[in-house]
Amino acid sequence: MSKIQINTPLSKDTLQSLKAGDQVLLSGIIYTARDAAHARLIAALDNNETLPFDIKDQVIYYVGPTPTKPGQAFGSAGPTTSYRMDAYTPRLIEEGLVGMIGKGKRSQEVKDAMKGKAIYFAAVGGAAALMGKCVVSAEVIAYDDLGAEAIRKLEVKDLPIIVINDLLGNDLYLSGQAAYLESKGDK
Amino acid sequence: MKKVKYQEIVMQTKIACLKMAYDLPEDVQAKLEAMRLEEDAILAQEMLDIIIENAKIARLESRPMCQDTGMVICFVKMGQDVQIEGGSIEAAINEGVALGYDEGFLRKSVVNNPIDRINTKNNTPAVVHFEVVEGDDFILEFAAKGFGSENMSQLKMFPPAAGLAGVKEFVKKVVIEAGPNACPPIIVGIGLGGTFEKCALMAKKAAIRSVADVNPNETLAQLEAELLTDINELGIGPQGFGGKTTCLKVNIEMYATHIAGLPVAVNINCHAARHVKVVF
Repeated sequence: MSKIQINTPLSKDTLQSLKAGDQVLLSGIIYTARDAAHARLIAALDNNETLPFDIKDQVIYYVGPTPTKPGQAFGSAGPTTSYRMDAYTPRLIEEGLVGMIGKGKRSQEVKDAMKGKAIYFAAVGGAAALMGKCVVSAEVIAYDDLGAEAIRKLEVKDLPIIVINDLLGNDLYLSGQAAYLESKGDK
Repeated sequence: MKKVKYQEIVMQTKIACLKMAYDLPEDVQAKLEAMRLEEDAILAQEMLDIIIENAKIARLESRPMCQDTGMVICFVKMGQDVQIEGGSIEAAINEGVALGYDEGFLRKSVVNNPIDRINTKNNTPAVVHFEVVEGDDFILEFAAKGFGSENMSQLKMFPPAAGLAGVKEFVKKVVIEAGPNACPPIIVGIGLGGTFEKCALMAKKAAIRSVADVNPNETLAQLEAELLTDINELGIGPQGFGGKTTCLKVNIEMYATHIAGLPVAVNINCHAARHVKVVF
């Protein structure tokens, strides 16, 4: 299956061209955040503080990496389960977030908030050694005290991800299984 | 009387932690490769290829296969004729975990309690279970359990009238609800019978058992096979993208139960099913 090369920040054209089920190789700058960092981002917005990075047109990767070994650019870095971020996500999309990388199903609220505005990608859960090698450089930019959960600015090269929810509201988690069952039914 | 030194337990625990993080067990690797050959959905094939490639990178470059290097569980099987010298077993295991997670650059994912949630910074404490047996065996069975799959596990106290049909429906329901969240292909560990806590413990043992095992109890072996077929007919597939490889193996552990009860626990393990057995 051919893979689509895309670069961050994601332009409107790029977002519109992506369809649920597309295999993508992502390059450029992305930001890491999981539960604790999301809670702080929302608290910052509630207090009218500026976010530690400009979130407009950016992509967040839900990951808590392993510590970086000497001699390696980054540790292992596979996706964590995304539903835990659902409560915070619509607000971040309002602020201009256009892409999220994680694994697993999103809530209806998140899917509604994404329509026409943001794309949800899945990385391969449990393939963290392989994905960690796609990280060219990394730097903690906020919430250092959170350790693995700190916000990191990553430069990635050809990170393999798959489009789950596109701008039109298609959902690979629904369509992939349905298509497979249909193909079995036809035989 | 067999004597085991505290320091020996520390070192073996440390080695087990490192091995679990980097080295996908052979039984899981072989099962993934065999099921890859049977998979016919294209995206599903690619996902299995990535998972197999990831295991290779992890092993060759000593990189953790998953960034969630887990909470350590240890089943201690100890003969009555074994004497531990130099300290407690649990302290030795925790010391070994702390050493292993530090030296191996593994992620420290354990918090002190679910209310304060302060990271203990060395991945301890481990969860340790003891079983005392006759003789002088001393066996430590380790697992490093990620929480993507742990969070998708469930337990239900059925009335006996629910029967095997109710059990099967429940297992399928748990797998469907877990969907892509638990990082399929998964291993499904089932506890059947006992009491509330016994049932959960059996499910855990089943979830970390080898996927190459054939259940010596014929009834259970058949039930495992039926459930495996049922689950893989759901079409969830690797990572939930559609396909037949949803589950690598169903393992069941069973125990006596009460006339009024039919407890069922389903503990899900992800494809990074890390387990190591150390025999002293």
